[in-house]
Amino acid sequence: MAEFTLKVNGTKYKVEAAADTPLLWILRDHLGLTGSKYGCGIGQCGACTVHINGESMRSCALPVSAVGKAGVITIEGLSKTGEHPVQQAWHEVDVPQCGYCQAGQIMSAAALLKKNPTPSDADINSAMSGNICRCGTYNRIREAIHVAAKKVKS
Amino acid sequence: MSTPSIQFDRRSFLKVTATTGGGMMLGLSWAASAAEISEAPFMEAMTFNAFVKISPEGVITIMSPNPECGQNIKTAMPMLVAEELDCDWSKVVVEQAGLDSNKYTRQVAGGSGSTPASWKPLRTAGATARQMLISAAAKRWNVSASECSTSNGVVLHTASGKKATYGELATEAAKMEVPKDVVLKAVKDFKIIGQSHKAVDNKKIFTGKQEFGLDFKREGMLIGVVARPPAFGMKIKSVNDSRTKAMPGIKQVVRFGNKVAVLGSSTWEVLKGRERLAIEWEVDTKLESSADHDAKMAELLTKPLEKPQRKDGDALAQFEGAHKVIESKFEAPFLPHAPMEPMNFFADVREDKAELIGPTQNPGSARRAAAQALGIAEDKVSVMMTRMGGGFGRRLNADFAAEAAEVSKLAKAPVKLMWTREDDMTGGIYRPACHYLYRAALDAQGNVKAIHVRGAGLNVGNPLRENNFPAGAIEHYLAEGHNQPSNITTGPWRAPVHNFLAFAEQSFLDEIAEATGKDPVQLRLDWLAQAEKSPVGSVPYKIDRFRNTIELAAKKANWGKAPAGVFQGFSAYFSFNTYVAQVVEVTLEAGQPKIKRMVCAVDCGVVINPEHAINQIEGGLVDGLGHAMFSNMTFKDGVPDQTNYDTYRVIKMGDTPPVEVYFVENELDPTGLGEPALPPLSAAVGNAIFKATGIRLRKQPFSLNGLRNV
Ligand code: FES
Ligand code: FES
Repeated sequence: MAEFTLKVNGTKYKVEAAADTPLLWILRDHLGLTGSKYGCGIGQCGACTVHINGESMRSCALPVSAVGKAGVITIEGLSKTGEHPVQQAWHEVDVPQCGYCQAGQIMSAAALLKKNPTPSDADINSAMSGNICRCGTYNRIREAIHVAAKKVKS
Repeated sequence: MSTPSIQFDRRSFLKVTATTGGGMMLGLSWAASAAEISEAPFMEAMTFNAFVKISPEGVITIMSPNPECGQNIKTAMPMLVAEELDCDWSKVVVEQAGLDSNKYTRQVAGGSGSTPASWKPLRTAGATARQMLISAAAKRWNVSASECSTSNGVVLHTASGKKATYGELATEAAKMEVPKDVVLKAVKDFKIIGQSHKAVDNKKIFTGKQEFGLDFKREGMLIGVVARPPAFGMKIKSVNDSRTKAMPGIKQVVRFGNKVAVLGSSTWEVLKGRERLAIEWEVDTKLESSADHDAKMAELLTKPLEKPQRKDGDALAQFEGAHKVIESKFEAPFLPHAPMEPMNFFADVREDKAELIGPTQNPGSARRAAAQALGIAEDKVSVMMTRMGGGFGRRLNADFAAEAAEVSKLAKAPVKLMWTREDDMTGGIYRPACHYLYRAALDAQGNVKAIHVRGAGLNVGNPLRENNFPAGAIEHYLAEGHNQPSNITTGPWRAPVHNFLAFAEQSFLDEIAEATGKDPVQLRLDWLAQAEKSPVGSVPYKIDRFRNTIELAAKKANWGKAPAGVFQGFSAYFSFNTYVAQVVEVTLEAGQPKIKRMVCAVDCGVVINPEHAINQIEGGLVDGLGHAMFSNMTFKDGVPDQTNYDTYRVIKMGDTPPVEVYFVENELDPTGLGEPALPPLSAAVGNAIFKATGIRLRKQPFSLNGLRNV
């Protein structure tokens, strides 16, 4: 057991945990931030995606000890009340079915648009290839990313 | 900051109210920030019936009784109520009801049945409340109720110009006599039904606030994981848990049946604790491998069945004297459901009662299974449903709920049991593996005289839907289905049996068309005409609806007129009282087929919420494509070979072609949509790939046939 100081969504937290505890479980069990989801635990599904220093990362595959001073943003901290263009676009396109994958999808999409504000279909397919949606909402996700891209531009 | 896409007025900014029923109701407003939300407690909402509550402030709460697994029933059911209540949809707050068999019927997400079963009762509930509001207004104004009307949440008396909102009338109205024979609206008068409304939980989902089963937390609750036999057919010989118990954070280790639960205060600790269990397993029954399964099913396909499921005429005699016989075999593997949220459940079992909370498609069966496991009466068990991260049939089973109850009882503590992805994928309850033999007997003119289907599946029950088209159109029809018991556990998987039977059947119809030189669409239309003119045996499908659906798909996809280099495949299927026809288009890229477009026509009667209906159908096609292409579950000595998404391939965004959905427009009662779009898809894909490559795909997943991608 060791103590770690984390900065999540702009707030500093001190947590006591084993050094190999994945960030995902720190967020969910210790900090009560359950928006990041568990889907596979091995970096294969993207349900647990968070931003670390602006990069999208799989929090299930990242030990808490490796986070260091980096700022972590989770779906709860992406915007104050859901006004991020990606969140808005997701609503406009009415993307979800079960919704379980969508926090991860939104985090991956937001990171993509930051790097590439006008992605092509191929850019989107490749950036989103690590996010599984078992309900099959992929076409809506792709469309919503285009809608969000337009919002960012205007 | 961009403008929010939906706005609600001040009155709908409710945050958390403790109305009757005790459920927490969260604010609907997209735009509302915490500061904007009134902290003032709301006045008690008046209960009109099991579905409708109206507060004096005018907030209309509609209960949604069925479990939500992504079919968007939590939006559709309240729309039915709101339509007949004649209220402003934007002011409706939806609350998930828990299991309550006194108030509700069929609280199940399965069999594509939620919408059809609620079509009349829920509209009646809305109309009844509306009538009570009218009666209250009439009484207040001293006029006849028949002179009053409603519009958008207001009762009007046109002659005097008087009006009152539902909120203003709520207290009096809830006390009015409950009317018996309310009249429901005609389809043409619908204002809410038939319009697309966004999912009611969208905002919570997009901001990470939506609670799924795995997110549930209760003070003092233990988190648990379970060690289960590593192979089907094994049992525990001995357990040594001393190393686990010495680990930090581990509170208890409990053995139940052939399983061991490790309980503690955090997920990571119990996962590590479970790894330290020293369990010796021994063979209990038999360790089965996929090779044994395949051999057994192949053998069964050579064997007649004493009592066939369907027998019209004398098919075998027709085969004896046939001019030509075409024959094909089809194979499909076991499949896990692999919903994004793995199985989990919370249970708090006390001396004389048990509280269960979690993601279930069938809370009634969870209650039954828990009561049974605990040895208490069912009425001592309560079940509350959380939103589910997918179901696909897996959550119709109650094994995971009963497990949680058992462990909570033994641990004497509230427990949330979670399954890891590996637990979920290797823990059983799969889509059964199935093989089929299809044969057709042709005469010298190329007419199909007889069709014979023989199926064999593992723990499948009946591997056939023997009354499927073209039964009814063919004079001599024989359907035989074998069930082979296995110790690999199975259960319903989205569109049970149909999900693979449709592939075999609709591919074989394509083979018949090919062999007889007929157009696949025309072949189906001809047979429908035949079934209309001289039906043979039972014909459960409606000819005109099936025909309209087939014609709509053909028209929208420009069937038969694809540009050079584009190859089309067709498939049509009737299940869950819904008619579906599909065209898939394939091109060749470096010799490999690439799926370019999937077109789907559907007759499901009245469409409640078009955008969600389309989403559901799109999902069905994408799901059908993914499993046909990639997904495979195999076993070696009882041990599943696939354990997580690294070895079990599911469809990804880059594999997903555009989907077009078209509805046959009519005013018929709605039928189910959760399942029917999936079954026919893989045959449409296979038939298109045949056109493109000349390769007939008869074994799933298609990736086994050397196809690298789609
Ligand atoms: S849970 Fe992290 S990638 Fe699946
Ligand atoms: S919406 Fe269900 S997994 Fe994506």
